[in-house]
Amino acid sequence: MARNPFSSEADAYRFLLLTIGYFALIVAAAAVDRWLGLAVFVVLTGLVLWRWLGARSAEPPLRPAVPQRPDAEHHILVIANETLGGHELLEVLQRKSESVREQVLVVAPALNTPVRHWASDEDGARAEAQQRLDASLERLAAAGVDVRGEVGDGDPLQAIEDALRTFGAHEIVISTHPEGRSHWLERNVVGAARERFDTPITHVIVDLEAEGLAETRAEARAEAEPR
Amino acid sequence: MSAHPAAEHHAGHAHGPPIANKSSRLDATVLGMFLFIASEAMLFGAFFTAYFFVRVVNPEAPGWPLEPFHLPVFVAGVNTAILVTSSFTMHWALQSIKRGNRAGLKAGLVLTLVMGTAFLVTQMIEYARVGFNPSDGAFGTIFFGLTGLHGAHVFVGLTLLSVATVRAFRGHYTPEHHHGVEIPGIYWHFVDVMWIVVYATIYLI
Repeated sequence: MARNPFSSEADAYRFLLLTIGYFALIVAAAAVDRWLGLAVFVVLTGLVLWRWLGARSAEPPLRPAVPQRPDAEHHILVIANETLGGHELLEVLQRKSESVREQVLVVAPALNTPVRHWASDEDGARAEAQQRLDASLERLAAAGVDVRGEVGDGDPLQAIEDALRTFGAHEIVISTHPEGRSHWLERNVVGAARERFDTPITHVIVDLEAEGLAETRAEARAEAEPR
Repeated sequence: MSAHPAAEHHAGHAHGPPIANKSSRLDATVLGMFLFIASEAMLFGAFFTAYFFVRVVNPEAPGWPLEPFHLPVFVAGVNTAILVTSSFTMHWALQSIKRGNRAGLKAGLVLTLVMGTAFLVTQMIEYARVGFNPSDGAFGTIFFGLTGLHGAHVFVGLTLLSVATVRAFRGHYTPEHHHGVEIPGIYWHFVDVMWIVVYATIYLI
């Protein structure tokens, strides 16, 4: 993230010098011709914005420390929210856990409204995320997956970063709703995560509506079958 | 070992902050600084909007400001140089205490205080001699409004610097602990940045 220009006295001083240079060029150009001054203003402002945006995106990918021994446990980090209980996610984790000693960390981001986030009013969001997490952990543990979980930051990318700092993951699994129903896909969370983290990422799409429909049909079939 | 207060949170009865990694929390000082800068940007922005409106509605004016207004560009330029120099001395003061140089800290703060006061006094003299007052049309109102708003910020900065200077002479601050100089320093540079914008916009462009 770009630095706050007033985060320290030294930063503020540097910002002051840049401001002097910025306005000196504009004033000098405007003294020659008013339209030239406007052009210099536009160019300089564009350069400043370009540099600022560049600084935001030029961060190197995060490389988490993971155990390198061949016999070490395979660490899988799972980020999911409403899709935590989905069959597809469960199947993927079971598949990935076959023939390796795995350790899975499930992180449920505490999704919150922006206003509540800025007011640090996160209790409700975290409690809801915790409920989803608890239900999911039970299902995964019942399926034989060595799993633990935690509630993370409301921003899924931040939640991944937080988790990677304490859990060196060999791979990341991001679970979302299908295209068109997923806010995370709309915000390109998966693409942004691939750019930001130097860890293999698997994207799992969980269609809870279809699963719910299938379950309902299965239940209906079971009830209809003669006992 | 006592239980972490947040650990009780999962039970749903706890008060206090929930568990969160440091990186995921909005740092209070950063939030405070962003809110401060945002409020200042809106405050000055309102005045600049009014100023540019007045300029835009007079596109055929042969020069700016319109007759009979004349601004003392040279005096204000000297005043700008004084204020910018005071930022240099402020920076020097802070660098000095970081290196354990108490004499440099004191000298830097006193020089900054003197130059800031000189800036404010010069601006008051300019007000007295500028030849128009706030009730002389939109330009007069905005000129006094913008420069006066900035002058109020300088006054606040001088107050902060006075406290820092008195504390420096009483032996406060060390190379490790100099927050009381750092914060006024940030504010002083901010005030300086705003003056550069005001001077370039009102007097020069």
